[in-house]
Amino acid sequence: MRPARLSVVTATTVAVAALATVTGCTAKSDSTAGDGAVQVIAKDDACEVSKTEFPSGHVELAVENKGSKVTEVYLLFPDDRIVTERENIGPGTKAKITAEVKAGSYEIACKPGMKGKGIRQKVTVTGGTAAKRSPEMDAAVAAYRTYVQEQADETLPKVKVFTDAVRAGNIEAAKKAYAPSRIGWERTEPVAESFGDIDPKVDTRADGLEAGQKWTGWHRLEKELWQDKKLGADAKTLADELDKDLLDWQKRVGRAEITPTSMANGAKELLDEVASGKVTGEEERYSHTDLVDFKANVEGAEKSFELLKPVAQKNEPALVTELDKQFAALNTLLDKYRDGADSYEFTSYEKVTKAQRKELSDGVNALAEPLSKLAAAVVK
Amino acid sequence: MAPGESTERGTDRDNTAERGTDRDDTAVRDAAGTPAPSRRALLGWGGAGLALGAAAAGGAAVALRGDGGGGDATGTAADSGAAVPFHGRHQAGIATPVQDRLHFAAFDVTTGDRAELVQLLKDWTRAAERMTAGHAVGDGAYGGLPEAPPDDTGEALGLKPSRLTLTVGFGPGLFTKDGEDRFGLARHRPAALPDLPRFPGDNLDPARGGGDLCVQACADDPQVAVHAIRNLARIGFGKVAVRWSQLGFGKTSSTTPGAQTPRNLFGFKDGTSNIAVTETDALDRYVWATAKDGSGSGSGTGGGEWMADGSYLVARRISMRIESWDRTSLQEQEDIFGRDKGEGAAVGKAHEHDKPNLKAMLPTAHVRLAHPDSHHGVRMLRRGYSFTDGTDGLGRLDAGLFFLAYQRDIRDAFIPVQRSLARSDALNEYIQHVGSAVFAIPPGVRDKDDWWGRTLLS
Repeated sequence: MRPARLSVVTATTVAVAALATVTGCTAKSDSTAGDGAVQVIAKDDACEVSKTEFPSGHVELAVENKGSKVTEVYLLFPDDRIVTERENIGPGTKAKITAEVKAGSYEIACKPGMKGKGIRQKVTVTGGTAAKRSPEMDAAVAAYRTYVQEQADETLPKVKVFTDAVRAGNIEAAKKAYAPSRIGWERTEPVAESFGDIDPKVDTRADGLEAGQKWTGWHRLEKELWQDKKLGADAKTLADELDKDLLDWQKRVGRAEITPTSMANGAKELLDEVASGKVTGEEERYSHTDLVDFKANVEGAEKSFELLKPVAQKNEPALVTELDKQFAALNTLLDKYRDGADSYEFTSYEKVTKAQRKELSDGVNALAEPLSKLAAAVVK
Repeated sequence: MAPGESTERGTDRDNTAERGTDRDDTAVRDAAGTPAPSRRALLGWGGAGLALGAAAAGGAAVALRGDGGGGDATGTAADSGAAVPFHGRHQAGIATPVQDRLHFAAFDVTTGDRAELVQLLKDWTRAAERMTAGHAVGDGAYGGLPEAPPDDTGEALGLKPSRLTLTVGFGPGLFTKDGEDRFGLARHRPAALPDLPRFPGDNLDPARGGGDLCVQACADDPQVAVHAIRNLARIGFGKVAVRWSQLGFGKTSSTTPGAQTPRNLFGFKDGTSNIAVTETDALDRYVWATAKDGSGSGSGTGGGEWMADGSYLVARRISMRIESWDRTSLQEQEDIFGRDKGEGAAVGKAHEHDKPNLKAMLPTAHVRLAHPDSHHGVRMLRRGYSFTDGTDGLGRLDAGLFFLAYQRDIRDAFIPVQRSLARSDALNEYIQHVGSAVFAIPPGVRDKDDWWGRTLLS
């Protein structure tokens, strides 16, 4: 039984590794444009490609925007990860995009107005041995990537409400906008953390700083707002940096390495976040808005689980039943601390008693332990 | 992994054994130089192998008992890191010779589903069978799916069974909690498992007491005991939650005949008249419950039929005022206990085991008040441990005695003794009871199909 399982895992790992080696890059030079290029005609309501099958290797997309809106064109993996893209292609202009592409299925997407999922064309890259893929896994990853992108897209305006208030020196308004500005981030934190450099800039706490590291981001401002009760001299700079760093996050989400296992383990990591930072009250030590983050972490974990459920249901139905039950139990518990079912006004964590924190901690353990088995159920 | 196949601890060692150079045979020798049976052999032979090992090594001559009273392995078996048989009429870990280390954990049952509770107890039983035999839990600590956390946490790999015993108990909350009969067990709560009255001087912390379930893990290696509780807690997440736990070292009582009584943190031998593992009559009379026990006017009304061959446990965390004690004169210390500090002999006597003359002691002497002769001969089997949890923030040692006593009926044993101690014991100036819990300890797991609590829950 074990060798069989291992080989499945190995195959999955190899497939992921193979995909990871495909590097997308936009063309720096137009000189390589030749007859082999795939012509892409982008219109307001169409995305026409000159061929839907081409050999692996160096691929060039010759884009012409014949529509009336600014567009962007993407070459996407089946799980929606970006192979390569070009933004801001104005009406009537041309652009060239190149990439090294391995054999397999891909999609070309034109996004008139640079919004939404875009208009898509399936294309096949031939030659060599294409990595075997599971359509349902790809669908799960693609849906999760969409979710992550949505969270980032929706977060930026909320962050701006917060940073605008900071820039205006309006402490009360900033305090009010603080916790809501973090929800999308907290829901999808493992993806953001996978980039390595964004998280330390936006979500580090005082105790997490390395020697010589400048403290920036949400928690620095949290301290000024709640503990110092005044905004420091560089508050405006901090607000600008937070906007900028999160814009970076929003732009990079589409290229994040996401696999079914990283989704499953990311869900578990969100619970670890709860267990290590929120249950203890360390995360929001000045604002005590820990329960908002807590809820967001749980929601993000639940999203991953919901998307992986069809696969997990086939392999480990009992685990799915248990996870359904434990997610419901933890959500019910959290509901006791919010004004209404849709409200993100949660009880200040200062007011949550030791016994209640223990109850929340027990709930997290009850969910996180089976959740740690989800990845295995998915790759089985 | 095929059924019956096992992932054992100490893979390297096991591999070596399989290559024909069984290092266990040579490495594990008792003081007399007698080769102890190999670990594999011990596991294969079960209790008989253990007892033979002990006898051959010149340990105490004890009768073979197939009742799972904890096996009869004595000190020599401890040296060999042997396994204590898990199955038997009584649970191991009660009359078993006291191991060196303890990890005790009390759990709240968080599920309201009886079937889940039953499944948990079955899962715990299977895991306990493996761990007490020196095996890893489930599919082991490594070699499985890279994407998944291993079944076993792995810190006991390479360690011997270390006489690990796991003993499970049921607290009052399993029968009724907040007035609710969660599992339909209310009528089965034995009268012999009452809520303890409040004793004068108690300063009980609810976060250090109570619990619907408990597991007592005793082993000669602390890592083995901690590993066992950690893995059971992990299996239990979602059905139970750890309420409190206590680590213990330095056993404070002996259940081995003729052995010196160990000392508590005050430096005294306490518990000299403990019940020894060989005193089968005393065990039957004072420790093992029978089917007829348990009626009466306690807080429970249930009979104790399901508790036949079980026992009742009182656990108390007793904090010791170490620094004050250390500044107390020797004479006062000895007067407080009613024994001398060196030999441990009762007042006016020469040797530790000389029968004490209680009247020669001060009326407030600890031994006088606690002695069975002051309580119509009632005895308890004590297997407490010293503990220290570092310092208390004021620079004082946060230390004391984690008192564990097994008895046939708490109403007849712990309650009257503690009443008298709480009222008059001179030692009270130096101790404080800060944690308290009671548990019904069900009978042993008979065989591979049996499980902890079957007599109550099936």
